[in-house]
Order: sequence, then C-alpha cells, then structure tokens
Amino acid sequence: MLEWINDHGMLAAIFALAGLSVAFGALLGYAGERFRVEDDPVVERIDALLPQTQCGQCGYPGCKPYAEAISQGDVINKCPPGGDATIAALADLLGREATPLDGEAQDAPRVAYIREDECIGCTKCIQACPVDAILGAAKHMHTVIADECTGCDLCLDPCPVDCIDMIPRDDDVDAWRPPLPAGPGHRPTALLIASDRAQPSHTTRQEASHG
Amino acid sequence: MVKAFDFPGGIHPPARKAASTQHPIATAALPRRVMLPLGQHVGQPAEPCVAVGQRVATGTRVARAQGLISADVHASITGEVIAIEPYPVPHPAGLNELCIVIEGDGIRDDWALLPSLDWHSAADDTLYARLNASGVVGLGGAGFPTQVKARVRERHAIDTLIVNAAECEPYISADDMTLREHAADVLEGARLIARLSGAQRIIIGIENDKPEAISALNRAIAAANTETVEVTLKDFPARYPSGGEKQLIKRLLGREVPSRGLPADVGVLCHNPGTLRAALQAVRDGRPLVSRIVTLTGEALTRPGNVEARLGTPMIELLAAAGLDEARLARLVMGGPMMGIELSRLELPLVKSSNCLIAATLDELPPPPVEQPCIRCGACEDACPAGLLPQQLYWFAKSREHDKAELFNLFDCIECGACSFVCPSHIPLVDYYRAAKSEIRAQAFEARKAEHAKHRFEFRQARIEREAAEKEARRQARAQAAKRPSGIAANSTTPVPGSTGRGHDQPAAADTDLKSLRIAQAAAKAAVRKAEKVLARVSQSTGSKGQQQGQSDGEIEDLEVQLATARENLAAIEARLAAAKDAAADATQEPAPQRRSPDTDQERTP
Repeated sequence: MLEWINDHGMLAAIFALAGLSVAFGALLGYAGERFRVEDDPVVERIDALLPQTQCGQCGYPGCKPYAEAISQGDVINKCPPGGDATIAALADLLGREATPLDGEAQDAPRVAYIREDECIGCTKCIQACPVDAILGAAKHMHTVIADECTGCDLCLDPCPVDCIDMIPRDDDVDAWRPPLPAGPGHRPTALLIASDRAQPSHTTRQEASHG
Repeated sequence: MVKAFDFPGGIHPPARKAASTQHPIATAALPRRVMLPLGQHVGQPAEPCVAVGQRVATGTRVARAQGLISADVHASITGEVIAIEPYPVPHPAGLNELCIVIEGDGIRDDWALLPSLDWHSAADDTLYARLNASGVVGLGGAGFPTQVKARVRERHAIDTLIVNAAECEPYISADDMTLREHAADVLEGARLIARLSGAQRIIIGIENDKPEAISALNRAIAAANTETVEVTLKDFPARYPSGGEKQLIKRLLGREVPSRGLPADVGVLCHNPGTLRAALQAVRDGRPLVSRIVTLTGEALTRPGNVEARLGTPMIELLAAAGLDEARLARLVMGGPMMGIELSRLELPLVKSSNCLIAATLDELPPPPVEQPCIRCGACEDACPAGLLPQQLYWFAKSREHDKAELFNLFDCIECGACSFVCPSHIPLVDYYRAAKSEIRAQAFEARKAEHAKHRFEFRQARIEREAAEKEARRQARAQAAKRPSGIAANSTTPVPGSTGRGHDQPAAADTDLKSLRIAQAAAKAAVRKAEKVLARVSQSTGSKGQQQGQSDGEIEDLEVQLATARENLAAIEARLAAAKDAAADATQEPAPQRRSPDTDQERTP
C-alpha cells in the first residue's frame, strides 16, 4: 500500500482528495436533509417588520404572503400602512435600496366604524375582515371591535349600503407624545422647567459662549 | 466624600421653601364649582357613575375605577352634577379630558361618609376594599393607586416601609407642613400600610432642612405605641433628588432597585406622608379623598402658604385667595420647578397629583435660554443620580437611535432634570429623553398590536382551513355512503362520478397521503402541546409576579389565540386524515374502483 503510494504520488493525491470530497459531500448532504429548515427564516424576519394590517394593498392576501414574495425578490415599497418607516427597515434588513412608497401614503392609523342604524346585517363585512374584528349575526346589526381593528379597509367594498367609515384611532391623553426639542439654536419649549438658575449667571454664560 | 449609603450625582438648587412655611395650613374657601377629571391617577381613567342633574353630597362616588390599575373619583363638594364633558386639565400639552362638573352654593357641605373602621382589628380584605372605595392615590405627584400598592405583598415579600418625606424639590413644602401639623396621623397611616404590606419596620426619610417637621415626628414617635413595628427617623443633608424613590432607598438602606424594576423587588415600599394621612382618613374616618394639601408659592403671590383645598377647585380661585398679582405672573407651574409642568391657563382644576402651584415672576423662573451645541463637558454625568450617561443618551435620542438609547438604559432615567440643570449649553436634556421614551413606548405598542393582529389573522386562516377540511370530509363521506350501496347493487355497471375518479389512483397515493397526514397530525399535536405549555408557564409566572398586569394580560390573550390556532390546525388535519382513512379503507375493501378505473378513464378522455 505504502509502496504504491510512493510510486504513484500524483494518483494517490487525486484519490485522497476525491475520497475526502465524497465523504464530506455525503456528510453535508445528510446534514442538509437531517436539519432542514422548513420555512425560510428571512420570511419570518420580513414578516416581523410588516405592520400586519393584512390589508392586501400590496396585491398579496396578507402580510406573510407579501413577506414570502419579498424574499423571492419582489419590491419592498408596496406597503402603504407601513409607510416609509417599514420600507427603511426592510431596506436595512435586506440590504436593498430604499425606494419611495408605491401608492398613497396613509397618515394617521384608522379604525373602521359601522354606522349602526344603517347596517342591514348582511355579514359581508364579517367575512371580509382578516382579523375577526367585526361582531354580528345575519340580519342583526354589526359592530367593530375597535381594539382589534387594523384599519385595512377590506370591509368597505363588500358593504352593500356603504355604512362603514374609517375614522382616526381615538387619541386620548395617553396618545400625546412629548415632541423632540428643535435642537441647538432654538429656545426650548418649556415642557420641563429645570432652569432654576439666577438670571445673571446664564446671561453672562451665553455671552461667553457667543464671544 | 461618598458615604456608605449614598446615590451618585445630585445637585443643590436653591430651596426657596421659606416663603410657604411661614403660616400654618389654611383651609381654602369652599368652591362653588368643581371640575373633576376622570384620569387623576396612573392607569385607566375612571368611568362616570352619576348622571347630569343628579344631586351629590361631598364624598359621593361619581366615577368608578376601571381595570386593574385605576381609582375612584368622589364628589368634592355638595351640589348638582351639571356636566360630564371634556375640559382642559393640567397636562403638558394642555389637552382636554372628560371631567365631571359639580355646582354647589359654596355654603352647604353635607358629607357622605363611609362607616369608620378600626385598622387594628379589621380584616385585610376590608381594608383593601376601603382604600379602593376611597380613591386614595399617591399624593406625591405620580398618582399611583394606593390600594394596588398596598396589595403588593401578594407578589413580593416586603420588609420595610419608607415614608418619603425628603421633599427635595425646591418650593414644595406640602409634606413638610403636613408633618408639622399631622405627624401623628401620618405615623398611624404608615403603621396601617405597614400592617397591610407586611413590613416589619418603618423608616422615615427626611432632609435635615426641615427641623420643625423632624421634631414633630420625634414627638409623634415617642407618643405612639410602637411595639408592633419599629419606627426610625433618618435625616440627611438636602440634595436633589434624594426624594426620588430609588435614590431614597439607596440612601436609607443601601439597596439598589434593579433596572426597570420596582422598589418591591428589593422588599421596600415607599409612600408619601400625604398619601399615608389620606389612607388613614379613609379607614379611620371613612372619608374618601376629596381634598389635598397644596403649596401655593411664587413671588407673584402676596400671601404664599399651604392650603387644604377641595379637588377640582379652579386654580385661579386658590391663587386669588393667596393674593395673586396677575401683572407680575410670568408662568404658572404645577409641581416643582425641576419636574413640574407649565400650565397655559389659570382655570384648570386642582387634581390629586397637584402638590404645588408656583406662580412665578419673570425674574424668578426666567424662560429657558437658547439651546447651544453640546460641548461634551461631562457635567451631566457628574449630576446624574441614576448613574447614567446623559450625554450619550442625548446623542442617541437626538438621532432617534432608539435601540442604542435603550442599551444605555434610557428607561432608568427618572427625569429628575439634574442634567438639564447643570448643562452649560442649556440643553433641555430631559425633554429629549421624554420624547425618546415615548417614541420607544409607542413603537413597542404598535409592534405588540401588529403581533396580535398577526395571531388573529393566523387563527382565522386556520379556522377557514379547518372548516374547508371538515366540509370536504363530510362531502367525501356522503359520496362514499352514496356509492357503497350502489356499488354493491349495480356492481361496476354504473360508475359513480367523483368518488371513482378519486379512487382511480388511490391505493398508492392514499398511502403516501396518509403518511404525510399522520406526520402533519403529529406536528400539529406537538404544536398544541407546546402552545399549552407556554401559556401555562406565562400565566403562572404572571400570577406570581405580574408587575405590568395590563401588558401580561395582552400577552396571555395572544398566547390563547395561538393555542386556539394550533387546535384549529390539528382539527383540520384530523378531519382530513379521517377522510383519507375512510377513503383508503374503502379502496382496500373493494378493489372494484381499480378494476373500474380504465372505464372511467376512457369515459373521461373524450
């Protein structure tokens, strides 16, 4: 054996390398089968960035299908509810160019509201709602569970009497957010006082910093 | 320099408390009209339980607590409910909130008191119920419902009750005056709360610039029967913000409250003296929270001092009674000059968390100077009492790098304003942090909502699939039932469409079909078990811990939806499996379809 290797160095090397590649190939092939990941993990991560309104404005029946389409190479600017923030996040995740939104941007988050006197109880909107946020029975008035509504507009079209409005999500005291200060060069709006210093000291300081 | 127990940083702003401590606490005149906002506390706003036109006595409940963290609201004067409408309330942005407006005649004051309780002998549940029914909330400024705080022993072991009498913020003297005049009540209230929370000792933490309050407390401690629980008074030099809950605990006990945790996590409960007095009054006198002691101060007032005023009283009435000179008034601040909010109008109602009103002149609290660029001097880091890096947080907040801000523990910032105070560039640092915090919270809320919608959508998909599978199974069963008798009777002469078409390649395909369905069934069963396990674990851990009740409730709901989705998936697969089994059984029972298949093929081809 050793003699043969000594005699045919080139051939031995070729056999050895070929043997190794077969062995490792088999190992990799087995591992690929054994530890196969069913779903594309990228799809999950894309899906997590989408706003989950399930509105179908992207042309796909829900956010997950759109996430799958993106992972297959579809463009990332088809999600109006997500807006620029979602496009930026997707561009960041996928390393693609952030393109402007395809379609009209949506401003404030909205919820559906059924004008209950006009509702005829046809259940069409219930069937259209992707998140089961509409409550009601045949020939009885329907109503929207505002907390569950994603504002997808899918219930508007099927309604035969056009009794559904999209209204802004109600903004109460909790929804107010303190604004970010304007930055250097601006006088802060006094949300927080914290300037309990004697007047002279800060005028001199200001002069000093200007001069 | 640093003592064994001390917190880092801190500042020494001018105290300016002397003006309001010259006179004893006065009682404000009974207002003719009060406006009672429904959200005077942390948590969900209360729900009105009176109608417009209804007559109420002082102390009648007018709004009921909603949800886990909420508090009742009580009528603070005798009169008639004239409106339940949104009105401006004390809020940094001057927003409106639903208020109950009561009009009286300014003279009559009939009280609707609850029966008196002896807290030594009453059962815990009775006391909790009483605190709940009295609408007592933290009067130090945060407004956390006291009853919720008192129940803390259900989840944490508490060993120490701290009475937070530090009152470190300039101008405010409400707690100081409360202690000078009602030290015995505060002490008894503390012993009541200590009993409810299971604390074995009470520590009163007070800054040593309040000698009168300290001597009053010493007298009260000496006079009180302190056999059951040990009461100690600890005074220390004044330094802002030693009244911060976490800073005070560090200073008194040397314990550090964990990041994003509660004092209860280290076995401590903190209460403000005013809150303790209100709790005692609720229990001993059956008196709901309808008034509070508020400091009226500032150089625009000629008679500054502390008054006990009814909640909902328009601030203008209180200020006018204290001799407000409107010409000199430059800004009205609710709370202290460090953490308070500036109010845009004088007609706002006094609320449970209004501990101080500062009617300041222009010289006294000048408008903030123009913000200059950060020069990275690091003064803010020396001042920060939470040991954070305010400068870094400022950059991250400014550039909206929220993940980095969170990494630098933005949420441990107590918004005390010490960093803004020392900043030589006059950067309103805390405004940046507040903006960043609320943005992060809003994002987290949206993310939770999206996650929730996703689970509901998945559930709906699973349900639709299950319904379709069941329908298909039923249809197949019907077709089989229809075929069987006819197949036996007519014996292959009349092929039944549909079922025979399916039966064509069944034996081979059905086997693999069955196999894959069985695998799917096993996977679905595993998914159901996993969902059940996660749900059980989470509901158990929240039962024993449950800090942020509202949030974990949402989490549990979401997990329940996920479990239901898994069950729907399982049901769908089982329905399909049953149908496939039936079909397979049929196919093996009678080999007829196989024999018949060429016929059907021929039939179909033309």
